[in-house]
Amino acid sequence: MFNYTFHWRPALNALPQMLEGAVVTLQIAVLSMIIGIAIGVVLAVMQGSRFRVFRGIASAWVEVARNTPALFQIYMAYFGLGQLGIHLDSFVALLAGITFNNAGYLAETFRGGLRAVPRTQVRAARSLGFGAFDAFRLIVMPQMFRAVFHPMTNQMVWAILMTSLGVIVGLNTDLTGVTQELNVRTFRTFEYFAIAAVLYYIIAKIVTLGARGIAWRLFKY
Amino acid sequence: MFETALSFNDIIFLLKGAGVTLLVTFWAMAGGTLMGVVFGTIRATAPRWVGWPLAFVLDIFRSVPLLIQLILANAFQAIAGLQMSAFVVSCVVLALYTSSYCSEIVRGGIDAVPVTTRRAARSLGMTWGQDMREIVFPLALRVMLPSWIGLTLGVMKDTALITWLGIIELLRSSQIIVTRIQEPLFVLSIAGLIYFLMSFPISRLGRHLEKKWQDL
Repeated sequence: MFNYTFHWRPALNALPQMLEGAVVTLQIAVLSMIIGIAIGVVLAVMQGSRFRVFRGIASAWVEVARNTPALFQIYMAYFGLGQLGIHLDSFVALLAGITFNNAGYLAETFRGGLRAVPRTQVRAARSLGFGAFDAFRLIVMPQMFRAVFHPMTNQMVWAILMTSLGVIVGLNTDLTGVTQELNVRTFRTFEYFAIAAVLYYIIAKIVTLGARGIAWRLFKY
Repeated sequence: MFETALSFNDIIFLLKGAGVTLLVTFWAMAGGTLMGVVFGTIRATAPRWVGWPLAFVLDIFRSVPLLIQLILANAFQAIAGLQMSAFVVSCVVLALYTSSYCSEIVRGGIDAVPVTTRRAARSLGMTWGQDMREIVFPLALRVMLPSWIGLTLGVMKDTALITWLGIIELLRSSQIIVTRIQEPLFVLSIAGLIYFLMSFPISRLGRHLEKKWQDL
């Protein structure tokens, strides 16, 4: 059945290169999460706004992000914006696509988290002399993040997995991109991608366990 | 006035692509749900030494990018000389991927049924099978269905990745048209709109069911 000899040595020799790719993968994922969280909070607040325009913009963002494929969103950033004269290289396009996706999903998570914070707390804070922004920043936000920490961890893992789509728009510096470069040079597809899969698995596990450790430190009271 | 080189035939081509997307989604969900129910039931009821290894294997499908899974499976079937078409490979990989998420949903659903209810069923003389069919299944279904709908939509969006194996689904067909008429923004928007129209009503239905069944 197997008319094929596995060659693991060249694939293992490429490990340092692939680890460098893994660093880029992590960079993209972390960046997209940080920007995504910032936009997500704004969108979640906008969805509860009194003004219809804000609510409209926020729900449009959330629904498009949630109801179209991530790859489509990356294509939009890479090919679509090009027609408007905005030429993003594949790194920025991938980052933009994932960030757009993250922000949409996180906004929905944060909206649930905001609901978990009782309204009375805001009133209590305001009557103690907090400004509206300070009440949100110091009273609501910490409790909200506590409620949504676990879903946020999941989103981080998804962000890591989504970075693999960069190769489709020609990114060759992240883990999948580096692996694909090696693959087209050697045609040892299975060996190289098996190692990439193991690396992704390890990264995902480190992030999950790390997040659990952080949650334990932050929320143990 | 807005002008475009997009013809009626191109729209048909896109809709055919959408048909392929739906077909792959269907097979992935059918196979994935079937396996997911089996795996989920095992995880919820079998002893730990069976459940944990299974959980470990299923977790791999959720921790490795789907694109890598597709590439690996495709390379493996070529190595093993299975002569599977890219379409079959995609369906199999997506079904396994789905089953991993579905097993979590099923496990959650079964765990949501109170143990006391099940004991009551057993002490009324029901067999394990009757208890599962008549008591656990109807109660768990309420918990599972909204998440299952969410999973279906997730898988439908993930089918976009099978474009890498050369299957002409919705996103790929839009790319093909783009290379001809050079209007990426417009053509992609239409493809996105089709995805949105396939996904949005069902996602609304899922949210509605979730709300409605919450207070039952």
